[in-house]
Amino acid sequence: MGVDLSISLGGARLTNPVLTASGCFGSGKEMSRFVDLKTLGAVVCKTVTPEPRLGISPPRGAETAGGMLNAIGLQNPGVEAFRDNDLAWLAERNVPAIASVGGHSVADYVRCVEALRGAKGLIAIEMNLSCPNLEDRGFMFALSAERTAEVTGATRAAADVPIFCKLSPDVTDLVPIAEAAVGAGADGLSLINTTLGMAIDPHTFRAKLSTGTGGLSGPAIKPIAIRCVWQVHRALPHVPIIGMGGIAGVEDAIEFILAGATAVAVGTANFYDPAATETIARGLLDFCNRHGITSLDEIRGQVKIEG
Amino acid sequence: MNPVIVPAATVASAERFGAYRQITIDAPEIAAGARPGQFMNVCIQPGGAHVLRRPFSIARADRNAGTVMIVFDSIGPGTQWLGAREKGDAVDVVGPLGHGFDVTADPGVDIIVGGGYGTAALSFLAAELDARGGLVHAIIGARTRTRVYEDGVLDESCASIAVVTDDGSAGVQGLVTDPIPEMIKRFAPRVVYACGPMPMLRAVAAAAADAGVLSQLAVEEFMACGIGVCWTCILPIRANGDLKHARSCTDGPVFEGEVVAWA
Repeated sequence: MGVDLSISLGGARLTNPVLTASGCFGSGKEMSRFVDLKTLGAVVCKTVTPEPRLGISPPRGAETAGGMLNAIGLQNPGVEAFRDNDLAWLAERNVPAIASVGGHSVADYVRCVEALRGAKGLIAIEMNLSCPNLEDRGFMFALSAERTAEVTGATRAAADVPIFCKLSPDVTDLVPIAEAAVGAGADGLSLINTTLGMAIDPHTFRAKLSTGTGGLSGPAIKPIAIRCVWQVHRALPHVPIIGMGGIAGVEDAIEFILAGATAVAVGTANFYDPAATETIARGLLDFCNRHGITSLDEIRGQVKIEG
Repeated sequence: MNPVIVPAATVASAERFGAYRQITIDAPEIAAGARPGQFMNVCIQPGGAHVLRRPFSIARADRNAGTVMIVFDSIGPGTQWLGAREKGDAVDVVGPLGHGFDVTADPGVDIIVGGGYGTAALSFLAAELDARGGLVHAIIGARTRTRVYEDGVLDESCASIAVVTDDGSAGVQGLVTDPIPEMIKRFAPRVVYACGPMPMLRAVAAAAADAGVLSQLAVEEFMACGIGVCWTCILPIRANGDLKHARSCTDGPVFEGEVVAWA
């Protein structure tokens, strides 16, 4: 029997569940030198804001054990330039696109979503409610259920495609925030964004990032991400989740699906294994064939916890 | 040409060059298109805690032999791992990456300024400029004699080579940038090409600009991906008067000295 890897993401049909994590794949152009974009479910683009942003001063990145820290400050060309150049480029190639939008205020998100209405090839919008790198460091929508509901409701009303809220693991209890997003109209959730971290050079006494702190990503955060997906899926079993955080191989992707993810997004692995997304997409098919799985629905959320 | 991933390239030779390690790798797909100033991204600890690749300037590409060479200082965990590779070992490389030095102008007189193992990439450049019919004068330097990179190709490709060391153990004592104004006066070059640490590149750009000469600098920045998507390796530049953050990997690593907005 043939394997069907296709999935539905809040109404959007994808040929397979392998996506790219926002900020780790540009808008696909650079990565298309290494990957056949048609083998992916969709490309999730780097976060854009209403106006262009220069981003922060270097140093912006530092390697840490099993991962890395980054603080880019949402450098981007602005939503209109993104729509006219990047989205158009993907649409010309018939590659399904998911835009990622960010901002400082509810109005910023609404403006981005309005600018993206009717954009060709756009199958969903991911709301980056959890970028930890904005200047206003104390503020992040995903830290509060009320703020998450407020921005989600406003953007849901303005969007003409499914919206996915990308949440932060840096909260005491993620479930009420996930419930607030869904209650306000989110079609699905993206879990997780980077977790806030810090590294210091012991010889120079300097923080390794110009902002001091930054987002930790890579294999080091995978257990945190699996835990978040599992907790939220258990509470909201019918809400599609795009799972991400440290996925580097097909077995990582399977782990996320067993925890309850509908789709998986590959992030930091693109940096060191530029073909990772295509390898995982092809590997999923092999995995299903080997294990007699005809649809990932058969294993979604089927983790066994004994004891 | 598009960069390629070579997951198991064989080390053809690994040797010491003064204080440095010099490794030649069988990678015909990369050697075929590699140019001076471009780099390769090398996996430095497969399966280990250091997940990110490390960028290395391409110090030689031999199209006939199908090999590429890198030269580096084994100082961190990544370069120590790579420095321990021997002939026959496999390494995982991606390349060639970035834009190389621009040598498309008509052949003329040029100066190259190399600091430490940065000279290795300029030796590759000098050979290309020489083959194009240009005349190359080199200033090469380092902290001390064992850290000056002077190979046979450089000797054959350059009309003159001035050596400068911080401690005077080879050539003249001083900084590698000290002779630039005098050399520019004497040789009236079209371009000053440089590769080395950032403070050195900044001084090269200033000396060239003072004399009204173009400079091309191969910069070194932390790069998480090296392929244009992570935006960690940015270099502040001026474009039409506006400050911009260019990517050292895909917009560089070679930049004209005049566009760099030094911190």
